[in-house]
Amino acid sequence: MKKNELKELEEAIEEITMIARDFGLDFYDMHYEICPSEIIYTFGAYGMPTRFSHWSFGKAFHRMKVQYDFGLSKIYELVINSDPCYAFLLDSNTLLQNKLIVAHVLGHCDFFKHNARFYNTSRFMVDSMAASAERIRQYEIEYGKLAVEEFIDSALALQEHVDPALVGRNMRKGNQAQSVASPEQVDPYADLFEIGAVKEETQSQPTPRFPAEPEKDLMMFIMEHAKHLQDWQRDILSVMREEMLYFWPQLETKIMNEGWATYWHLQIMRELDLDEGETVEFAKMNAGVIMPSRTSLNPYHVGLKMWEDIEKRYGREAMWEIREVESDSSFLRNYLTKELCEEMDLYLYQKVGNEWKVVEKDWEKVRDMLCASRVNGGFPVLTAQDGDYLKNGELYLKHSFDGTELDVKYLEKTLPHVYNLWGRTIHLETVLDGRAVIFTHDGKKNHRRFQ
Amino acid sequence: MVHQPNFIISKDDWSLHRKGYQDQLRHQEKVRDAIKKNLADLVTDESIIMQNGRQIIKVPIRSLDEYKFRYNYNKGQHGGQGDGSSSVGDVLGKDPSGAQQKGQGKGEGAGEQPGIDYYEAEVSLDEIETMLFKDLELPNLQRKTLDDIRTQDIRFNDIRKKGLSGNIDKRRTLMEAVRRNALAGQKHLKNIHPDDLRYKTWEEIEVPHSQAVVLAMMDTSGSMGQFEKYIARSFFFWMTRFLRTRYEHVDIQYIAHHTEAKVVTEHEFFTKGESGGTICSSAYRLALQLIAEKYPPNKFNIYPFHFSDGDNLSSDNEKCIRLVKELMEISNIFGYGEVNQYNRSSTLMSAFKNVTDPKFKNVLIKEKGEVYKALTTFFKAGDAIQAS
Repeated sequence: MKKNELKELEEAIEEITMIARDFGLDFYDMHYEICPSEIIYTFGAYGMPTRFSHWSFGKAFHRMKVQYDFGLSKIYELVINSDPCYAFLLDSNTLLQNKLIVAHVLGHCDFFKHNARFYNTSRFMVDSMAASAERIRQYEIEYGKLAVEEFIDSALALQEHVDPALVGRNMRKGNQAQSVASPEQVDPYADLFEIGAVKEETQSQPTPRFPAEPEKDLMMFIMEHAKHLQDWQRDILSVMREEMLYFWPQLETKIMNEGWATYWHLQIMRELDLDEGETVEFAKMNAGVIMPSRTSLNPYHVGLKMWEDIEKRYGREAMWEIREVESDSSFLRNYLTKELCEEMDLYLYQKVGNEWKVVEKDWEKVRDMLCASRVNGGFPVLTAQDGDYLKNGELYLKHSFDGTELDVKYLEKTLPHVYNLWGRTIHLETVLDGRAVIFTHDGKKNHRRFQ
Repeated sequence: MVHQPNFIISKDDWSLHRKGYQDQLRHQEKVRDAIKKNLADLVTDESIIMQNGRQIIKVPIRSLDEYKFRYNYNKGQHGGQGDGSSSVGDVLGKDPSGAQQKGQGKGEGAGEQPGIDYYEAEVSLDEIETMLFKDLELPNLQRKTLDDIRTQDIRFNDIRKKGLSGNIDKRRTLMEAVRRNALAGQKHLKNIHPDDLRYKTWEEIEVPHSQAVVLAMMDTSGSMGQFEKYIARSFFFWMTRFLRTRYEHVDIQYIAHHTEAKVVTEHEFFTKGESGGTICSSAYRLALQLIAEKYPPNKFNIYPFHFSDGDNLSSDNEKCIRLVKELMEISNIFGYGEVNQYNRSSTLMSAFKNVTDPKFKNVLIKEKGEVYKALTTFFKAGDAIQAS
């Protein structure tokens, strides 16, 4: 980028920042970094340029780069939830592209700053991820690259199993201390899917249960209770758990957040004095961003439509509050209307025989399914039921079955990783074809046993 | 009012930020390891055997996925968006993996997602060959001592000031220029004079070379089914590639037989089917005849390999043993591969049971993965056998 171009960009950003402020957007100080595509891909693959090294990130990086090289996709920007907020701009962007991106990024940053899901996230993750990466490098030197890699392989297999609500829950637990909290009150799924046999088995033990209540935060449970783990391994678990907790609110607000940023880049771009060429370029780019897909929901499109509808029905004032309190699943539940479903031609599809077919167009069923699919970031909920199962230090996990079965192949390949972390036999209870089934991995092989 | 912009634009030097590439390398390393572990399966992979000059191959690898607890995508409902006219029953696509899956026989089993759970890596055929052939060699290769087993080679071993421009020695030319400039008090390289030019020149040398012939014999009788022929051809496919890439002077003669044997072209050998009964001795006899006519043992290393389902005419077995012994006397090794999926008792193998000559190598192949075993058994490096 030449000097005069940089100057132009700076002026554009200044103007866009002022417009955004006038609209009422409230964001952190911004740090725009202009960088080559490889850095944006590192970013996309790792979630953060300073994150620790692992081959799986290399794989993702490679795939993104190939897609870019073949012109299949292009990431124009990436933005990090931090204070100051980092936004990375691709050095080959045109000035118009950068204008749109800056407007979009300011929407994201406003959202990060105000949505309730982000209240507890660290705003200094760039630095703490860099520090963790450095510690993990030291572990590689001390304990061997392969040992560290294999441990991370296993930890990654379980990393989505954290509990972002832990702080709130612990407070609740304190209040309920007197009134004997039953597991059902803590685990929102326990009362929905009771499988008698297992309950009896665990309840027949007269000694206090461990954990006292089913624990959703498997990363934390293992970190605290797996006996054979060394300090460096516990540290890696803790690093990965913190990182997942940092990414978690972004998983839960994808539609809202992308819709919000898209809504605002449209508002802001309309205020700019674009010449004819720029107007055409902008229209093209915007159309690309909000293009719907037959086999997935484009969060930019769905989110934008919903925000525009909210503005029409409740006025802009209501938008500020909604962006503070909702997350995707409540956002869809409360604001996805029949009219919107029809306008966007939303449907549900599934595999019928060898074909993927549209199976549902009833708007309430579509809405309910979409809400359900956004629960827990889209990941199955597993809880640790017993950390001393059979009085043998074995770990008994239970899948809170919600109607969708687990992928058995993946399950069977994941259990050995959990075994690596826990160090003892692992059991997992789930439901297949309407029957309760327990998978067990004893360090050598898998067994399954229908109840 | 002076507006203080509360933003910064910066442009760092990211050239040292190589993490993505480093982790990508590590991933590729793991892919390579996984391929190595899967070589046995890859050797009989149809997409490789059937590939015609395509150098990039997609190799399914079963260990590079990042496993986690996840929903069974095939059993769930997912959201999508139409163009305004969608209706229940619209087909969005077919599942290619389901259609391609052969012999699965499990139907809609719980969580079975054939074809989806593996990672496809792109590798070149060269890479696979390098890994596959690394530990293979023609065993017991001997230096035969006649004039025509010399081969010509060239060696660049002299530098001159005149020569062909294609042979300019750039390094020496630059050195000359630097030296001349330095002598003239010039610190830097300024120009190159015609006088600086240096050329490489070569001489022809003769390198002694071992000659070898491989006699590839295959049973094409009616009892050889699709599987049997496929296995035999897979073996010979890799054998041929191995010999072509690693040895310069190896002849391959292809012999197809049922009750009679004949020499066929490579193309015929790999494509043509036959039928009829089986008399294996016909192939051995033809091999001996070829050797007598074209490949005198004092000049050639001789490697007969025979692939059959073992289903031979009983009365022929004794003759087979006699001819194989005769062959072994003049060959470096004799390799017999029997494709016997169901472990039938085979007439030929039981006849060969009593052959104790260390030159006799046999492999029993029950499943696809064992073609690799045949390759490593027959072409085991460092497997020296006392020449008789």
